[in-house]
Amino acid sequence: MQKIGVFVCHCGTNIAATVDVEQVAQALGKEPGVVMAVHYQYMCSQSGQDMIKDAIKEKGLTGVVICSCSPRMHEATFRKAAASVGMNPFMVEIANIREQCSWIHKDRQEATQKAIALGRAAIAKVHLNAPLTAGETPVAKKALVIGGGIAGIQAALDIAEAGFEVDIVEKEPTIGGKMTQLDKTFPTLDCAACILTPKMVECAQNDKIHILSYSEVTKVKGFVGNFDVTIRRKARYVNEDKCTGCGLCTQKCPQKKIPNAFNLNMDMRRAIYIPFAQAVPKVATIDPDHCKMLTSGKCGLCATVCTAGAIDYKQKDKFIEQKYGAIVVATGFNPIKADAFNELGYNQSKDVVTSLEYERLMNAAGPTDGTLLRPSDGKHPKTIVFVQCVGSRDTTCRGKEYCSKICCMYTAKHAMLTREKYPDTDVYVFYIDVRTPGKGFDEFYRRAVEQYGVHYIKGQVGKVSPLSDGTLEVQASDLLMDEQLKIKADMVVLAVAMEADKTARPLATMLTASMDTNDFFTEAHPKLRPVESPTAGIFLAGACQGPKDIPDTVAQAGAAASKVIGLLVKNNLKGNPCVAHCNENMCNGCSSCEHVCAYGAITYVAKEFKMPDRTIAIRRVAQVNPAVCQGCGACTVTCPSGAMDLQGFSNREIMAEVDAICL
Amino acid sequence: MPMTKKEFRPKIIAFCCNWCSYAGADLAGTNRLNYPADVKIIRVPCSCRVNPLFILRAFQRGADGVIICGCHPGDCHYTSGNYFARRRMTLLFSMLGYLGIEHGRTRVAWVSAAEGAKFAATMDSFVQTVAQLGENTRLEDLRCKNN
Repeated sequence: MQKIGVFVCHCGTNIAATVDVEQVAQALGKEPGVVMAVHYQYMCSQSGQDMIKDAIKEKGLTGVVICSCSPRMHEATFRKAAASVGMNPFMVEIANIREQCSWIHKDRQEATQKAIALGRAAIAKVHLNAPLTAGETPVAKKALVIGGGIAGIQAALDIAEAGFEVDIVEKEPTIGGKMTQLDKTFPTLDCAACILTPKMVECAQNDKIHILSYSEVTKVKGFVGNFDVTIRRKARYVNEDKCTGCGLCTQKCPQKKIPNAFNLNMDMRRAIYIPFAQAVPKVATIDPDHCKMLTSGKCGLCATVCTAGAIDYKQKDKFIEQKYGAIVVATGFNPIKADAFNELGYNQSKDVVTSLEYERLMNAAGPTDGTLLRPSDGKHPKTIVFVQCVGSRDTTCRGKEYCSKICCMYTAKHAMLTREKYPDTDVYVFYIDVRTPGKGFDEFYRRAVEQYGVHYIKGQVGKVSPLSDGTLEVQASDLLMDEQLKIKADMVVLAVAMEADKTARPLATMLTASMDTNDFFTEAHPKLRPVESPTAGIFLAGACQGPKDIPDTVAQAGAAASKVIGLLVKNNLKGNPCVAHCNENMCNGCSSCEHVCAYGAITYVAKEFKMPDRTIAIRRVAQVNPAVCQGCGACTVTCPSGAMDLQGFSNREIMAEVDAICL
Repeated sequence: MPMTKKEFRPKIIAFCCNWCSYAGADLAGTNRLNYPADVKIIRVPCSCRVNPLFILRAFQRGADGVIICGCHPGDCHYTSGNYFARRRMTLLFSMLGYLGIEHGRTRVAWVSAAEGAKFAATMDSFVQTVAQLGENTRLEDLRCKNN
């Protein structure tokens, strides 16, 4: 039998004015197991807390019920007080007689009766409470950043700055991501490479940061503070430590007709290549599908010219295992394929390009060395039509329902840059809406219209057809003038929607991080915890969470890094003891609980059980990992055999509360 | 004097999730928004913690109405807990209907931590509905009665 002490708080007149606290204390004092019931003016004050502490010591209380304000206010205070004199903090329950009683009821008699009922429910619960202890787990003081774009780079730099080791895993041979392909950035028109490459170099030079490029995460196990991650280091057939990045091999390789993915296949590269001049790490990579030596064993020229002796045709994929305390996901985005939009002629004419391709055509390091030339015949285009929202805000199955956020701005940038470089070019932009929510964004867009004379037309392009003279006929509607337009254009640029990188979905499954229907990672709370995944220890940065521009990405990466640092500075993590628990004798191994668990906290193990006839049977039973379980209780209700229960909110405890209230 | 419906005070249990609805109830209190004292709240971590057995138990013990409050769909602190609750309760309520427990005696409501007024209004309307239905004796276990 418990020895329970009841403490009724007046809260000045907040409670005492509408609830007869004396009557409450008297009534609750008669409940079974209650050895004392007192009332006091301010239970949360120092003297109030001392009163509780003294009572626990002197009367040897095993449970405490406090009738006061909401547990959201002072539960922690009272639990701490109880713990300070040796009582398990989870033996303290609060009956909320202020927010949910005295403050909402005017009738004194009614409020008093309700307060007694709430107190009784709390007493009934304390009777069944068991002491709970939060488990502690040590934290591995190292972070993993998945994705080496600007989001990953920024997060890694910020974490390393705080003194923690960081690994960046990047699937491409170099870090830098999509930003390396850009020419200029809005709204400042900074050169993208000029602001990004110093950061890439900083990453390479920081001895806390290890860049694992050309690598992939293949397996993730564990939980917050203790993730065990397996990383596949793909064979690049070049010894990273020996290669000096001189680039001689990339000039001598005879296999030189391979579409260059970095320039969106608009020019060719060799079988051994460095993606671009500022690549980090600056080492060559052999493309195994096209290398003569690897496919047929007849060549080996690069090994002959390499003075550093870095070429190693026998290299194999390597798997390494590492332990991390926290993971930042920064897998980024890709533009969607424009092939589905037949009417816009992307497949019919080389002069219909996507915005990222246009970006390469404008880039000094691109396939045309920065001169804007038509891909079909290499002439200067005189009329360029930009089509916005290609596949964005599109409810047909071809596109994406959401707004891709950055297209309005980069189209304005393209239009402006084109007019600045080639003032004799006519530039048309077809839009549904122009969305410019960002600092300096609207001013930027207005500059494109007002200063640079870009023709913005509200309306959609219906058809782009290649004509026999090599130009394109653009048929469109002008909604404001209510007329149909036909424009003869030399080039058409499609602002295609952004979608999450295709590696994001399998990664999310590995991390048990949740995703929305568009394969973007979900945040723990859209407003209050925007950089955390609902899975503890997994943080989000950049466009893996939704379309984002560079400033937003960098800001979020910094925020994610600060959360990681906040986690890594701790030596131990205290868990929440109110977690699910499996009664193995009742568990029938059906896996229902495993399927409803949003956190992957439940696994199954085979265990030996002694049967009544003294034989031993091996059964599969559920096991809850208390460090991963968040204590929602979904499994407890799902379990058909009633084996699963939640500590601190057990079936019996809640039933007892129901009984006490219905009395 | 015979008991009229006006004098009848229903016993109502509200299961509120810790993160949204319990906080919403607190906010109703902070804003001094009145609702009938017949409602007594039981705090649960998530609406998905509410076992259908708790509701059956309440009716068995003589409760006249049970309401389950959780975060708005899509806003669950545990990602998808309230979806489980919604599905379970839909099934349970139709089963209760089959047993003769009127639909008005059970309800699922979504109340966020910022919706104190909505909490009070929901409780008001629920109490009214249950009061109109009168006393519930359908599932009551007479052995549980004290007298």
